[in-house]
Amino acid sequence: MMTLPLRYSVRNLAARKITTLLTAGGMALVVFVFAAVLMLEAGLRHAMVATGQDDNISVTRRSAGTEIQSIVDRQQAAVIVSQPEIALGSGGMRLASREVVVLIALTKRDTGVATNLGIRGIEPAGLVLRPQVKVVEGRMFRPGAAEVIVGRSIAQRFDEARLGSTLRFGGRTWSVVGIFDAGGSAFDSEIWADCDQLLQSFRRYAYSSVVARVTDLSRYDTLKARLENDPRLTVDVKRERQFYEEQSQTLSNFIRYLGLTLSVIFSLGAIIGAMITMYASVANRTAEIGTLRALGFRRSSILTAFLLEAVALALVGGVTGLMLASVMQLVQVSTMNWDSFSELAFRFTLTPQIVLATLAFAVVMGVLGGLLPALRAARLSIVDALRSA
Amino acid sequence: MMYWLKFVLRNTLRHRLRTALTIVGLVVAVLSFGLLQSVVDAWYAGANNASPNRLVTRNAVSLTFSLPLSYREKIRAVPGVRRVAVANWFGGIYIDRKNFFPQFAVDPAPYFSMYREYRIPEEQLRNFLRDRKGALIGRKLAETYGFRVGDTVPLQGTIFPGVWQFNVRAIYDGAQPTTDTSQFFFHWDYLNETLRVQAPRRTNQAGIYVVEIENPDEAAAVSQAIDATFRNSLAETLTETERSFQIGFVKQTEAIVIAIRVVSFVVIFIILAVMANTMAMTARERIGEYATLKALGFAPSWVAHLILGESLAIALIGCAAGIALTYPVADWFAARMGTLFPVFEVKSLTVLMQILAALGVGVVAALFPMRRARSVGIVEGLRSIG
Repeated sequence: MMTLPLRYSVRNLAARKITTLLTAGGMALVVFVFAAVLMLEAGLRHAMVATGQDDNISVTRRSAGTEIQSIVDRQQAAVIVSQPEIALGSGGMRLASREVVVLIALTKRDTGVATNLGIRGIEPAGLVLRPQVKVVEGRMFRPGAAEVIVGRSIAQRFDEARLGSTLRFGGRTWSVVGIFDAGGSAFDSEIWADCDQLLQSFRRYAYSSVVARVTDLSRYDTLKARLENDPRLTVDVKRERQFYEEQSQTLSNFIRYLGLTLSVIFSLGAIIGAMITMYASVANRTAEIGTLRALGFRRSSILTAFLLEAVALALVGGVTGLMLASVMQLVQVSTMNWDSFSELAFRFTLTPQIVLATLAFAVVMGVLGGLLPALRAARLSIVDALRSA
Repeated sequence: MMYWLKFVLRNTLRHRLRTALTIVGLVVAVLSFGLLQSVVDAWYAGANNASPNRLVTRNAVSLTFSLPLSYREKIRAVPGVRRVAVANWFGGIYIDRKNFFPQFAVDPAPYFSMYREYRIPEEQLRNFLRDRKGALIGRKLAETYGFRVGDTVPLQGTIFPGVWQFNVRAIYDGAQPTTDTSQFFFHWDYLNETLRVQAPRRTNQAGIYVVEIENPDEAAAVSQAIDATFRNSLAETLTETERSFQIGFVKQTEAIVIAIRVVSFVVIFIILAVMANTMAMTARERIGEYATLKALGFAPSWVAHLILGESLAIALIGCAAGIALTYPVADWFAARMGTLFPVFEVKSLTVLMQILAALGVGVVAALFPMRRARSVGIVEGLRSIG
């Protein structure tokens, strides 16, 4: 069977430059929106997954959902920390950190908007439990002092949270002594201080959560069952990674559903654009199609050639849109996370899967837009087509 | 002029399929633009409903910290204050986390005297006040979940542990279509008395105080006077108007609002590309005719206006169909979203923007083909074969 060379399809696109540019441009915009949505969701997911460590567990009050709503009092915390499954670190230190999380409102530098920030009070083990957190400027806070270290994205956005400045909350003045980098995780949007100091200044009697490392993940289920059935406790035990993933559920669903619905609706516009272009392309070349058929090319070859032309058109749009979207990786988004009610910063993140999904999306648009015109071209009868010239 | 109009309308019908496809594209674009603008408006709806003579006092540290109950009388004593009511965010879950609606524990008597935009039947209000486990709910909430007066609604507490049972005693309507009727109110006393047994340390705490003032012009002065009363105390306060309190929430999620706004303009550019392509193709095919018209003595501008007219006619037909569809689709969307968007309506400003966008697309799409048609020489045009 004779097939038309690919060059035939591609060079036809080059023949009408304005039409090709406009159609591909429309598709590029749709692809841009599609890719940007996926990148935003991937960035959010990446930040949340990076926040949790694989062998850490997080214990909060039953059905509290977030650390801010959770209360774990001292007796309960003592029970949790003394479980045999909890690992020991260097010097026999129990790798468990009783933590308190409170929200304070600070004013964002560029927008002047009062924003909720999470302040986490940790115990010494807290830093060992999060190896991704590293103090990059200044130093760690001293236990027992009114000192804080701040996450990098907080330090960039809030005047009061710069190295060397002071914050006032809980009736005390706290000095910012260090800036830490948490590898793009949610901790980058937090302020850390000594747990006992925080409890005292906010006159709290209870912790928010207990984070601990288990010696062996296979013992996690036993530990979870024992703690959740302990009549002295009313707690939920979760893997830390799962805990943080759930924290971003509302926001991530919102981005995904709104974004994908919009992409699909917008793609209707682009598909229509491709259809108009391809119908015109068929109409202008009726005589040519007749000639090709008379030369012996089959209907299926004609169909393939026009479909390929539409797909090539869509790919021009797809690649352009993808290039536009990849520029978005430079942009950092900061917004309130609805689940935790506090500030969260994350980046547009481009992954290989997104590249593939985006190109597949473009190809599907091309096929949908090109199918009807290509069918019309393939159905033309030789005599009528030749006569139309 | 009549000639011109006839020409324009006949021309739009020459490539029926192409015109129809372009119009469908325009309808999709105008419709989604209108819906997206309405989503952004719904975001700000809470702030637009705020009354200028209501203030909100909260803990200065952040909203998650409460204020002692003793502040209620101290605030009431501040000159210019008429009424004070306690309100606590309850944050309960009705069956599943995704069934979200706001729940507040309030001082019913002062609270509902302040919120006169909630229309409550006299008898139902009396029943609600008499039943300590009673609940007062909005019409939209009642319709979304099928709650009726007399029903028992269980809520799983997140901030306040346990499963709480409430009896629906009254359903309120909004005085205006924009009034939020997706809320769930119950007695603050019920919350406090239950906590007295469960968690004595957490009793007598108010989430926020809603303050009604005598004169809206004194809002700033009264706010400062309230905050001054509690300066250097264990729980310093921050008082602001109800409007700026509401806007504070929206501002924190502003990145998302901006993204939706940007995307709503992207769809206009997508359809502009489609429309411009249609007009460019049309004009290219008819270059020969334009030359003929010029040879017959029609002015170049007349020929150019022929293209403009056709472009505008297609744009406006698409726009009209899009606007006509916006209303039913918005109603359907609002019904699907339930209590997530308490107020969802298509504003007349949105419709105006839809029309302007369509006109803009019509004009811009015609610009390039118009220039080409005006400048084409008669001989050159007659020689071209489309």
